[in-house]
Amino acid sequence: MAGTLKIYKDKIIVNLKGELDHHMATILKTQLKEAMDKHNIKKLLFNFKDVTFMDSSGIGMILGRYKELQPIGGKIGVMNMNNRVKKIFDMSGLLSVITYIENEQEFIETF
Amino acid sequence: MTLLNEMQLEFPSKSSNEAFARVVVAAFASQLDLTLDELADIKTAVSEAVTNCIIHAYEGTTGKIRIHSKLFDNKIEIVVQDWGVGIKDIEQARQPLWTSKPELDRSGMGFTIMENFMDELHVTSVPGETTIVTMIKNFEKK
Repeated sequence: MAGTLKIYKDKIIVNLKGELDHHMATILKTQLKEAMDKHNIKKLLFNFKDVTFMDSSGIGMILGRYKELQPIGGKIGVMNMNNRVKKIFDMSGLLSVITYIENEQEFIETF
Repeated sequence: MTLLNEMQLEFPSKSSNEAFARVVVAAFASQLDLTLDELADIKTAVSEAVTNCIIHAYEGTTGKIRIHSKLFDNKIEIVVQDWGVGIKDIEQARQPLWTSKPELDRSGMGFTIMENFMDELHVTSVPGETTIVTMIKNFEKK
């Protein structure tokens, strides 16, 4: 498992775990796509609390989901990024189209 | 500048080897007394170079990836080589956010990260033959 998914109506919280590289991103993409199709998901929250490593494949995986959700009015949030992960996000410019979320409650109730 | 140590590593282009490769190089580099941030920079840059070989050079087929690294008292040199399709336009490939494979969830940031996290990045390629990525990171003399 590349992460655990919690589903709330049309939202998913993805608790990422371990090293988010191309290998893990590929596994996660399959896992996520299945859940997203099945539950008509519009909003995703990626929780980076247990991520110990990320490279550009992590950005690519989130960018890919953004491109799928954008045409249907969906959106993406991220939380608990450490400095290393944040550095790579900053370089990508991806934070201009996704939202930083403080906690799960905020995502479930108001996002 | 004194050469302290040298190593070579060869492995097939399987995505499960991305973690293996970056951990080996980080372990080799940690013979110098580096900071956690310096080690993380090296790990990330190696991960990007190896991922490029797997996704772009061999495009899903299995080929050989070789890492050759030299440790000096003031820098580390890491050379990642593959014998895959090669890069026709290196300048374009190095552009931030440019990718030949957006459909595969690629962000186009691989070379940008290597450039940012290391002090030097040199890319040479002979299409149809080989690609050689050389990265250097300088340290204060340890």
